[in-house]
Amino acid sequence: MSRFLVNHLSAMSRLCRVTVLRPLLTPSTTQVRFQTTDIKHRDRLIQKELGIARYVGMKTVYSADIETCTVVPNHTPLPVYQVLDNEGCVHDTDQLSLSNQEVLDIYKQMVTLTLMDKLLYDAQRHGRISFYMACTGEEAIHFGSSAGLSHEDMVYAQYREAGVLMYRGFSPEECMNQCTGNVLDLGKARQMPVHYGSRKLNYQHISSPLGTQIPQAPGTAYAFKLQGANKCVCVFFGDGSASEGDCHAAMNFATTLQCPVLFFCRNNGYAISTPATEQYAGDGIAMRAIGYGMEAVRVDGNDLFAVYNAVKHYRERAVTENAPFLIEAMTYRVGHHSTSDDWKAYRYENEVHELGLNSCPVKRVKLFLIKQGLWTSEEDEDFIQQTRSTLIQTLEKAERQPKPGLDSLFTDVYDKIPSNLIDQRNEITNHIRKYPNEYPKHYQ
Amino acid sequence: MQRLTSSLKYVSKFYKLDQLRPLIIQICSASTDLNFHKSVPPKDAGETKEMNLVQSLSHTMDIAMERDPSMIVFGEDVAFGGVFRCTLGLRDKYGKDRVFNTPLSEQGIIAFGIGVAAGGSTAMAEIQFADYIFPGFDQIVNEASKFRYRSGGQFDCGKLVVRAPYGAVGHGAHYHSQSPEAYFAHTAGLKVVIPRGPLQAKGLLLSSFADDNPVFFFEPKRLYRAATDMIPIGDWRIPLGEAEVVRQGRDVTLVAWGRQLHTMLDAADMARDQLDVECEVIDLQTILPWDTETIFKSVRSTGRLIISHEAPLTGGFAGEIASTVQEACFLSLEAPIQRVCGWDTPFPHIQEPVYMPDRLRCFEAIKKVIADS
Ligand SMILES: Cc1ncc(C[n+]2csc(CCOP(=O)(O)OP(=O)(O)O)c2C)c(N)n1
Ligand SMILES: [Mg+2]
Repeated sequence: MSRFLVNHLSAMSRLCRVTVLRPLLTPSTTQVRFQTTDIKHRDRLIQKELGIARYVGMKTVYSADIETCTVVPNHTPLPVYQVLDNEGCVHDTDQLSLSNQEVLDIYKQMVTLTLMDKLLYDAQRHGRISFYMACTGEEAIHFGSSAGLSHEDMVYAQYREAGVLMYRGFSPEECMNQCTGNVLDLGKARQMPVHYGSRKLNYQHISSPLGTQIPQAPGTAYAFKLQGANKCVCVFFGDGSASEGDCHAAMNFATTLQCPVLFFCRNNGYAISTPATEQYAGDGIAMRAIGYGMEAVRVDGNDLFAVYNAVKHYRERAVTENAPFLIEAMTYRVGHHSTSDDWKAYRYENEVHELGLNSCPVKRVKLFLIKQGLWTSEEDEDFIQQTRSTLIQTLEKAERQPKPGLDSLFTDVYDKIPSNLIDQRNEITNHIRKYPNEYPKHYQ
Repeated sequence: MQRLTSSLKYVSKFYKLDQLRPLIIQICSASTDLNFHKSVPPKDAGETKEMNLVQSLSHTMDIAMERDPSMIVFGEDVAFGGVFRCTLGLRDKYGKDRVFNTPLSEQGIIAFGIGVAAGGSTAMAEIQFADYIFPGFDQIVNEASKFRYRSGGQFDCGKLVVRAPYGAVGHGAHYHSQSPEAYFAHTAGLKVVIPRGPLQAKGLLLSSFADDNPVFFFEPKRLYRAATDMIPIGDWRIPLGEAEVVRQGRDVTLVAWGRQLHTMLDAADMARDQLDVECEVIDLQTILPWDTETIFKSVRSTGRLIISHEAPLTGGFAGEIASTVQEACFLSLEAPIQRVCGWDTPFPHIQEPVYMPDRLRCFEAIKKVIADS
């Protein structure tokens, strides 16, 4: 076992005491365990025990005291697991499980993603692409989680997870081919920008309808389990999407069918304009795991190391125990929801500073690297300059690529093109021939 | 297109402007551009005010809420005005108990609305995009539509109105472009309404609130800010279930609704100018239950019918109209009925200009029915 893993496992066992949630009732024992181990409460329960209560799938005790049979919502929210603080200091060096080189490589990718986000955001503002969504503030989630997974693990993402794909080898050029909708886009220029996907990189194609990917993940995980594939599925979703019925179905299926899947909730506090306070009344998303009989952890989503440790740990357990786990990463959506809105219409500037900008995940890693003597401000400047100009050239190159022709409209609807679509393709082809100047040039 | 152009005003803070050469993306095409045909309110409609579609909708909800203290407005992001700003100002005026954000669940939004209506209050549920209504489909098809029928008329959810933006905008791709009206038109018990502009939105939405059946009100989002009409500010309604003959003509009947009506009017202009053919253009307005008589009457006089919608051809509502008309008007028909629709593919992104049933395709259909007869 590598030193990293050993450190890491000991870190996790400490972590477990603090922020990990285990299901309340273990059906196989008669002992009832409470979430907050309230001794008085348990003593009272033991005194009042009236005998064993048996139901389908449940064995517990009767009690004449209604209070012992009552659960109440948590008043103290579950803590947030953190390794690296805002100043780039590590709380406990034993919990550092990525090598210096790995951290440096990841840092460069984080910066590249940030720069690409800014460039493509601006490109949309200039009318060069039709839409964009930045991930600013959530970079640690992307790289921490993808580093903790195996490349063979299947990823189902929502849309704001470009870094996960980047870590697996999807280049900015491929992102830009998709966003500009040119012939090189793997999705054949059929979807809006940021709807990436790569079969080769085990990253399912993004689909805009929210929540739909969450229950698909346990299905894939179940298939992997039966195939003995020794891999898991990681599904990302937002605090908003967690409200869709799909999310309930997903967690219930995953636990009852024992699927090796990681539910990764990016809790960035907003679903467009709707704050988390209007999205749910409970203690975030993590607490829901209890109801499904699943273990969960809440981590600092702006902390690369915390996200990595949690994903690495649960990824191993998902595969060895054939079990689902829930990770709730707390973060803040620093930018607009997308290029279609303006956050000034629904939140205050000081909130964005306090909860978002002051806790920049990229800066944390940079400060860490500088403190370790692995990076300097000058190197940082140079890297930013260089990357920025490369990205601009890459975008211009992507824009110069031609757009796909008519065929891409009619193929892939089915495995083989049916006769009605052949007729329709002929009809539009003839129509364009009649009006060659009325349609974009690439159709001629 | 409008949004893209106005966004050019944005000044980059990070990348210098000269690093990015402005460029309007290639996917826009002249033949699919919107050419809005204004409507004029009747002379007896009283005082009017100029409004775009968004303003007309919020104005209409405002007067409905004022009149009906039981009416509540809810959906994703409606509190701050909604992503299209249609509910702007309502929260300030009516408070957070009557205008509020819901958790992100369309199933929840529709079901909650059914429950509100069944509980005796008026529910105005907003679905952010028609493309995202499907998590609520079971509640619509199996619940809202059958609430009255299954209880022998004891219960109903007639006080439910669901609004949702639909249709192409130039860059919406699969999931921000669809026209799902045919799915709902296949369900008895629902009403399905689509206005073609700010004026009709006012008249039809007010009638939808007054109607005692669940109404699905689809708004052509391409028109939200594209143009204005003069809107009567009083209690001015357009009855549900009645089509409008927007332009009279003797040669060909053109039927459409929503944004596509404007494309049909463009095609009618081309036919008049280039072929000396007079088209009668009809806005169906209510898709379910639909006004057969107005269409029959027109087809009996022109002998030719073309129906057009953005939704795919197969299973689209044009098929229903075509078969009903050929049963009732067979002997009057002088040419096969034509349908000009989206292709039987998902709604594309870059390929939108060649997916759309644009004015040129409609014009070609007019040429065809004239040549065939
Ligand atoms: C079924 C569905 N309903 C509504 C939308 C519109 N929509 C797109 S993103 C979004 C908010 C999602 O918030 P969250 O899940 O928290 O993700 P975040 O944007 O914060 O990353 C909404 C309402 C959609 N895409 N799909
Ligand atoms: Mg969110």
